Formats: sequence, C-alpha cells, structure tokens
Amino acid sequence: MMRRVVMSIGALVLTAACRAERATPRDTRTSAAAAPTIAGDVRLGTIGRLATDAEVHAWDIDVNPTGSGLPAGRGTHDAGARLFAAKCAACHGAHGEGMAIYPKLIGREPRADFPFGRDPKIVKTIGNYWPYSTTVFDYVRRAMPLTAPGSLSSNEVYDLVAYLLAENGTIPRDAVIDQRSLPAVKMPARDRFVRDDRTGGAVFR
Amino acid sequence: MSDQPISRRALLAGVAVAAGGVVLEQLPLAAQSAQTPQTLAPAAPPDPSLVPGGPTTPVSARSPFESAARTPAGVITGPAYSPIHQLTGTITPSDLMFERHHAGVAIIDPAKYKLLVHGLVDRPMVFTLDDLKRFPSVSRVAFLECSGNGRNGYRDPKPELTPQMIDGLTSNGEWTGVPLATLLREAGVRRGATWFLAEGGDASKLSRSIPIEKAWDDAMIAYAFNGEPLRPANGYPARLFLPGFEANTSIKWLRRIKLIDQPNMSRDETAKYTDPLPDGRARQFSFVMDAKSIITQPSHPMRIAPGWLEISGVAWSGRGKITRVEVSTDGGAHWVDAALQEPVLSKAHARFRLPWRWDGRPATLMSRATDETGYTQPTLEVFEAKRGKGTDFHFNHIRAWTVRSDGAVVYGAGA
Repeated sequence: MMRRVVMSIGALVLTAACRAERATPRDTRTSAAAAPTIAGDVRLGTIGRLATDAEVHAWDIDVNPTGSGLPAGRGTHDAGARLFAAKCAACHGAHGEGMAIYPKLIGREPRADFPFGRDPKIVKTIGNYWPYSTTVFDYVRRAMPLTAPGSLSSNEVYDLVAYLLAENGTIPRDAVIDQRSLPAVKMPARDRFVRDDRTGGAVFR
Repeated sequence: MSDQPISRRALLAGVAVAAGGVVLEQLPLAAQSAQTPQTLAPAAPPDPSLVPGGPTTPVSARSPFESAARTPAGVITGPAYSPIHQLTGTITPSDLMFERHHAGVAIIDPAKYKLLVHGLVDRPMVFTLDDLKRFPSVSRVAFLECSGNGRNGYRDPKPELTPQMIDGLTSNGEWTGVPLATLLREAGVRRGATWFLAEGGDASKLSRSIPIEKAWDDAMIAYAFNGEPLRPANGYPARLFLPGFEANTSIKWLRRIKLIDQPNMSRDETAKYTDPLPDGRARQFSFVMDAKSIITQPSHPMRIAPGWLEISGVAWSGRGKITRVEVSTDGGAHWVDAALQEPVLSKAHARFRLPWRWDGRPATLMSRATDETGYTQPTLEVFEAKRGKGTDFHFNHIRAWTVRSDGAVVYGAGA
C-alpha cells in the first residue's frame, strides 16, 4: 500500500515536471493555446500606476554637479555661521572639527599631494577630499541635522553650504551661494578621482 | 567582545556617550529599544529523557545554551558585526545578519509603502508593496558585504580580533523579490539613461548612483530574506539588492529609483566609499567586491588541542563563483586545496573545509580564494603595496591566524 502511494506521487511529480518543461513562459506556441501567461521581457502595463507630479516633486531632492535639482534661494557665510553654531556644532564641534563618530568637516590641509592612500591618520574633510561642491547641498538637504533631517529651508541649506565652503577656503567669505554660483565652485580634490579599473582576472589592481 | 552579553543599561549608556551633543530623547525609538541577547540561565533537567518538554511556540527562540550575537554599539550610524565564527554552512540566520545604518532603523508601514520610478522614463510610476509582489518573482542565494569589511584587521590588527570583528560585515542568504529590469520595462527607460539613482526612505535618505547595466543584469527589489519578509534592519518592506556589489549600494527602505544621464555624485560615492590610492588618486564607483576568504575555525578566541581538527571557513566573490580555496598551515610556504561544499553559487558564500592534524608546534593558518575570472586573493604585502596603508574600503588580502604552542589562536601572521 505504502509503496503504491509513493509510486503514484513519483508519477505525479514526473508528469508535472514534463509539463513544466513543455510550457515555459517564453514558449508562445503552448501559451497561446493555454491561459494567458507572461511571455518574457515585455511590459505588463497592469501593475502599478502613473506617479502624479506632486509625488515626484515631493521626493525629487537630488542635486548633481551641473546644478540640476538646486532650488531657488541664496546663502552667505555669516548667516551660515550662526546656523552652524545653533544646529550643527553640537555634533561636529564649534569649528567643524568633528567629535566621536561625527566627522570633521572643516580643514583645507594637506594642500598638496593628496596623501590619503598612504596615511590613514590624515582626516578627510569637505575642503581636502570632497570632489564636488553640489554634494554638500545634496547631502545637507537630505540628511542633516541628524535628529531633524528635512527641517532646513532652501535658504538655510544655502547658508550652511556657503559657511562650509568658505571655512574650507574654497570660496571667499563674502561670496553668495545660489543655483548659479554653487556648481561653478571647483573643489580642490576634483581631479583626484578616477573610475574603477578593477576587472577581475589575474591582475591585482 | 561578541561573547559578552550586553545589558540594556550599558547599551543606553553607550548611546548617551556616543551621541555627544545629540539629545537622547530626539533619537528614534528604534535606537533606544535595541534588542539585547537573552541571558536566560540554562535549566536542563538532569535527564531530559525522563521529563516531558515544553509545548509548541509561535516563534522559536534560540537555545539558551547558545549566545551568538551581533555587536551593537548603541549608535544610529554604525555597524553591528555578524558572528561569522559561530555560524556553520553558508546561510546567515536573519537575526544574526550584519547591520549598518546611517540614521537608524526606519520603521515603515507596509500599507503606506511606495516605490517611485521616474526621471528619464516614458511613464513615471508608483508601485505599492502589493504591486511589487504581483510581479513575477525571483529568488537567489547571494552574499551582501559592506565594503568596509576587513578594516579592523587591516588598520588596527590585534591578536585578539575575532572573525566577527574582522569580517563580520558580510551575510549570505536567500533573497526574493522582483527584478529591477521588470519595473524599468513598466516605466519605459528613455534613450540617454545611463545610470539610475537609488534612494532610501529612511532618515538618511541614502542615495547611490548605479550604472544602468546592473539593472538589466541582476539587480532586484527584494522584499524577503531567508523565506520571510525582510526584517526592519534589513530594509523592510523592500530594498534594492545588487548581487556582488558593495552593500552600501543595495539601498534599504528603497523609496525612489530615478533614471539619470550621469552619476549624481552623492556623499556616499564621493566623500565615502571611494578608495584613496598611494599614488595620490582615489578610485571611485568601485562597486564589485573582489574574491576573499577567511578561516572561521580555528580562529580567535578558540583554543585547540593536538590531533585532528577541521580547518573551515567561507569564501566569496562579487564577480561570480569561487573555483578554488587553498589553505596553508605554514604561513604561505605551501598550499593545499580545500574541499568546497557544493553547490557553489555565483556571488554567494562558499564553505571550504580541510582536515588537519595539529602536531602541537606553532603554525600560521591562511586561506586564499580564487574566483571564476581567475582572480586570486592577494597577500597582505601585495595588497598594501597597491592600495596603501590609508585605503578605506575593499580589504580583501589574505588573512592569517597564528596557532601558538599552547593551542591559543590569534589574528595575524607571527602574532
């Protein structure tokens, strides 16, 4: 009895396997005859819905090096200094020197040589390592302050960016930072970055 | 460190100290209610065959005799290492998977979850979690590894480092979800879209730019791991999963995919997750995790006795399958092929094993992995010469364990 049950289960599995082999989703000959099925790499068009402009606008917060994504508004070093003291210094230090797990932000040294690969003790900052000025805006707007991300107005983000760039010696203290001027700020480390050249294979790079 | 139960009180004290100027009350609830390992006193009867045991339970707990645990530091930006030396085989239990967050563990209501796909597409679209689950799904076993994995062992090598603290930022399991390519076909990718930006819905809104080729290859939106919905720390309800790529790119709590024509130069692809080199350059967009291995047994803090034992560990490559793992017991002078547990899967942990008879004399154990591209794990010397002492990520040099004559096992050659 037991033996017969096992055998018939085996037969069922075998039949199912044969069927599966015959009617793969990509086999249009069999799927045309059977119930509708998904024929490989095509658009279904029935799952999900179109996004509204408001939905896109609410989340479309990224800024790239061309300045695309930067909002209207403007900022200055002096306004940024006041904001930094009120909203950032508690973690990053009064002069952006960093504390515990909160990174150092300000410091232009070392000015030559980009020795970070050789010496792990040299601390990276916006001024000595960040290749793009627009990244500062993008990051502060999306993630800072840590306890209240998204709470700063566009002008406040511009103020903090102006403060951080000026303290790092990449813009004059009287510069006004906005949609047009920010992407034009060339960061000292800009030309140090190269694309990944590792490819696997025998050579270690 | 990993073997010490950490009390809730110590954990909270850690938060208060490490948080510095941040007011503790402002931190998300999740940071304050971190789970601590259970410290139940074992209560086994003298002869369990003479007394009935307990009834069935809704969710099983680990044996009170076992204490494998991660290493939470009580902060919302930082890692907790997986106890890889207390795991066997290749699958990481979901509750021991490594964690690394940038603004704590987000709590997201699955009923309110939305994924926006927009940018250079014909139809900007929104998918709910139910939508994602209606699409044809795929499952694959693959590893997820932080590219900072190995930093402790390279930057600050100490004899008392455990495999957990050296390489515990990798985990391996079965991911289930929908291929990203499926969603991109629904939205219709426009000519000129060469990258996509992926962004999280957590408080860090972590974002990374990824070449679009990865989307057409094997990128997926994962909503399950090891047979159950993703756990919150693993990106619940849905995350990006990019097999073989550094884990930071597999954005958790994914809320947005934007098709773009150039990389965004986000903070985590410029200021972080770039690799300064000794020649004054910094390598950028170094996505793939190269071949790597580590012996997890014997390792610190184990103590071994003379006689036969099994050398065992894990090897993996972000470029495909591991084809060979060799083991040396004399510091790299001679190498022997270890056995690889089948099936060996692409971009997944592979378990290797080699029986060894320890004669009681000092020995130095090493493993080196080779993947299907012909790439072999470099020695520490070669790695340091090419990448420099200050390089920040992708530490995949050969690891060494020294066995002292008293049987103590410590990290490092000649340690």
